[in-house]
Amino acid sequence: MTKRLIALLLLLGLGTIFADLIRGFTPDPALNMSAQFYAARTVVDTGAANIVTAIIVTFRGLDTLGEVTVLFLTAAIVALVLGGNVSGVKPRNWPVGELLQTGTKLLVPLIVLFGAYVFINGHLTPGGGFQGGAILASAVLLLLLANPARRFGHQLISRVEAVSGLFYVGIGVLGLVLAGGFLDNRILPLGEFGSILSAGAIPLIYALIGLKVGAEFSSIMASLSESEDK
Amino acid sequence: MIELRLVFGAVLAIAMISAAIMAIWPGRSRAIAILAAGAVSLFASIMFLLLAAPDVAMTEAAIGSGLTTFLFFFVLGRVRGRKDD
Amino acid sequence: MTLLNLAMGTGFILILIGLFGALTQRDILRMIVGFTIAATGTNLVLIAVGFLPNRTAPILESTAPMADAIVDPVPQALVLTAIVIGLGVTALMLAFAYKIHAAKGTLDISKLTDLKW
Repeated sequence: MTKRLIALLLLLGLGTIFADLIRGFTPDPALNMSAQFYAARTVVDTGAANIVTAIIVTFRGLDTLGEVTVLFLTAAIVALVLGGNVSGVKPRNWPVGELLQTGTKLLVPLIVLFGAYVFINGHLTPGGGFQGGAILASAVLLLLLANPARRFGHQLISRVEAVSGLFYVGIGVLGLVLAGGFLDNRILPLGEFGSILSAGAIPLIYALIGLKVGAEFSSIMASLSESEDK
Repeated sequence: MIELRLVFGAVLAIAMISAAIMAIWPGRSRAIAILAAGAVSLFASIMFLLLAAPDVAMTEAAIGSGLTTFLFFFVLGRVRGRKDD
Repeated sequence: MTLLNLAMGTGFILILIGLFGALTQRDILRMIVGFTIAATGTNLVLIAVGFLPNRTAPILESTAPMADAIVDPVPQALVLTAIVIGLGVTALMLAFAYKIHAAKGTLDISKLTDLKW
């Protein structure tokens, strides 16, 4: 009872701070300086139509590299903590319905295609690497659900992840050598605005990020589903 | 005449807060709490669309509402057997 | 009350509810659910800060300059990162909760008294 009372008092204090923040907030009438810079220079510098994509991949690309590294660390630690049992796991064999199995065979190619579409078109429409990677991971999850007795191909997932990470940093270094700086996207021609082969190296970088993030999410879920059953 | 966006936003806000309260109410089973958290993520994703952020809405719907609920249910399936709290 | 105030207020209330759930529950899985709700609330507040009324999404449709018709794109880029990292943190918390259950047989934190003196 006292624990709840103390928690309530603490949250009441936080609540007064939040109320003060809301009351003192007025939205700006126009964009601030950095947003105006991004809005004006996106087409000229990068040739992309999606400003958020241009910020994530090109203008602040080093932060994205750090985020992908943090995700990689997360997947590695989850696999380590759950003590991935390579052998000696008895496969759970509950009866999987026929509807799920047939539906999976029909749906998984479509989901993979949709995920690839989302991260290839990241610079033109809302979308990009993280969303496409999450969609790819859900296709892998559907495979896991429909066939729980199958040994999952960890080799393939870790190879995809390692290779795409290597190519991502390789493209960054190529930007150092051929164009303005690390992860510059002008190593490929900017192309015309609005077509799919435009915006330099942004589709390539985002596709690699999408594959890497999808592989990491799949690895987390495979570790969780293969941990030892009591 | 109150504009339509505001009414829609108010409905979403009420739905989000009631789903959040249902998620932390102490008496319910764990599965319902996890599903209510997934519903909070879903309503937040629609509110992101109202706030003119389509990229963020897609990401929140896929990752927050989809993959997080899957992770929770994987772990819940492993620890079943004790029904305390 | 405008849409911006509504979204920001809802985000703050979600943070408070999530923190209350994380502070007063005894079951580890419910604490993790509380943290997830608080993270969603934080993302909502961040997007609401960057919203300017009567403007549209930051996606250009032609090469014409649109600096006076789009919302602020920088908070959206930051929140994209935050959502993905939130999933990573939730996965780590769940892995540790599973290990605690495997070692102790219970998920109740009042029964984990190894480090108490």
